[in-house]
Amino acid sequence: MKASRAAYDYRPSQHGFLYRLNQNKVLLLMCVPAILFFLFFSYVPMPGAYVAFTNFNYNGGIFGSPFVGLQNFEFLFTSGQLAQLLRNTVLYNLAFIILGNILQMFIAILLNEVMCKKFVKVTQSLMFLPYFISAVLVGLLVYNMINADYGFLTNLVKSMGGEMPKLYSDPNTFPIVIVIAKLWQSTGYGTVVYFAAICGIDASMMEAAKVDGANGFQRIRYITLPCLKGTVIILFLFAIGGIVKGDFGLFYNLVGTNSVLYSTTDIIETYVYRCMMNTFNFSQGSAVGLFQSVFGFALVMVANYVVKKLDPDYSLF
Amino acid sequence: MAKNLKESGTRVKLDKADVFIRGFTYIFTGLFALACLFPFLLIVMSSFATEDSIRRTGFTIWPSDFTTYSYELIFKAPDMMVGSYLVTIAMTITGTAVGLFIIAMTGYALQRRDFPYRNKISFYIFFTSLFNAGMVPFYLMMVQVYNLRDSYFAVWLPLLMSPWLIILMKNFIKAIPHEITESGKIDGAGDFRIFITLILPTVTPALATIGLFIALGYWNEWYNSSLFLTSSVRYKPLQYHLYSIVNKVAALKSSVAGSMVATESLPAETLKMATAVVATGPIILLYPFVQKYFVSGLTVGAVKG
Repeated sequence: MKASRAAYDYRPSQHGFLYRLNQNKVLLLMCVPAILFFLFFSYVPMPGAYVAFTNFNYNGGIFGSPFVGLQNFEFLFTSGQLAQLLRNTVLYNLAFIILGNILQMFIAILLNEVMCKKFVKVTQSLMFLPYFISAVLVGLLVYNMINADYGFLTNLVKSMGGEMPKLYSDPNTFPIVIVIAKLWQSTGYGTVVYFAAICGIDASMMEAAKVDGANGFQRIRYITLPCLKGTVIILFLFAIGGIVKGDFGLFYNLVGTNSVLYSTTDIIETYVYRCMMNTFNFSQGSAVGLFQSVFGFALVMVANYVVKKLDPDYSLF
Repeated sequence: MAKNLKESGTRVKLDKADVFIRGFTYIFTGLFALACLFPFLLIVMSSFATEDSIRRTGFTIWPSDFTTYSYELIFKAPDMMVGSYLVTIAMTITGTAVGLFIIAMTGYALQRRDFPYRNKISFYIFFTSLFNAGMVPFYLMMVQVYNLRDSYFAVWLPLLMSPWLIILMKNFIKAIPHEITESGKIDGAGDFRIFITLILPTVTPALATIGLFIALGYWNEWYNSSLFLTSSVRYKPLQYHLYSIVNKVAALKSSVAGSMVATESLPAETLKMATAVVATGPIILLYPFVQKYFVSGLTVGAVKG
């Protein structure tokens, strides 16, 4: 009787540790595969960050390579390499966050004003489509549109008598291509999120405004936008928390090993990837990665702290 | 009186602003939606163009000459394509089944209010999405310690689950009344049996949503393949096969090696397009049937965090 009670309604320190373990052994066992998964693929590699403090060689391995202290970090800081990577990563993310959210919200608000449900459904489906494809295909689609010889846009501009800039060899204009590709791929996804938030707004408010004679612009300005403010702020803060993390697939498939573009398109992820696969400079790759992890962690903590102050319901922990 | 008010409320006449907003919406979002679709059409049409017409006019939405030559080349020596397809299909099916089962099991245990370790384990899983060691230690561990270089497991295992999917599943299952678990207990069923016979059948929409997220991850996978599968692995997952064809001339040649075509006359551009169509086709064809599950997943994820 007592045992079954404990199983229904857990009260702390009622019994010993082993007793509790035994009581919950089935539920615990159900968690074991996931626990092992994160142990082996997330926790066990963590001490490997030690590589950032060594002059790594493949034979020595992670813990057999000579210790060099902060030398790798020193090089990254003094050579300006880290500053450039960080600048690119943060600026791209800022562009993605600001332009992306404006576009997503804009389309979601517009769609909400449309009465034809079929139109909303079809456009949402079409906009969501790019989210389903691999980064490899996105790279190919972009190549299809803008490559200097056969690109669709290149020929379109040419046929209208203009001159298409050679985008793949121009580090000053290529960032625009990356931003457009990102917006193309992520707008549908974000629109769904905002559209759901807008649909959650009390319909009677809208009705009341209509009865009072508010036109479409006024309803958007005084009802929809203020109601979305909370969602926008929360999404924005969490996006800031992830601002040092880049979209590797997108950048690598658009830029690849085209080193002409590196000055404005190399982000932390692509640099680390090249350190592993091309230059075999594991120490420096690891140093950049560790810097990113620690800095990113701090940013998430700050963002979560601020969100918690604003609205505890939305905080992560 | 009240009825009158209501009627006038629903039949308020459209003023200029409303007409403008609606007209603008149809044009703007319509064009944007078309822009989302256009590159796909361009790829499909280009894959049927002759290499010669592409050299002359570039990629166009309506090529001057049509041919199925690229597809014939791919399917004349289908070894690489069929091998890649089988690898990807096998990984997608097994990975989705195993991952989904583990995620559902964990999600169920973690939402049980009477499970005293639920907060600790939740944090243990969630923490990995906040902090990680970075790519280099992960790569070195996989290659040097787990010895997974050139093993399909190096690609298959890391895609099984993610903290986000477990949290999503937990939120889905939370919506099931706790009384169902209790009724099972009263009937004498154990926790695992309750999960299998009572919980799983009631969360099929959640299983569909999360299963699709996992399956999409496997189908679109190329990153782990590029890290861990070297040239000694003959059949690469589909999207990595496409990646090689698009980016490496040598891979393009070897993909149709059996068909004895002189490398100069190889239709390089249209072959890339045809490979892309074959590699992405199934996802696009399935898309209309599965997208509603994604939307529901996003909405739950967005509302409950």
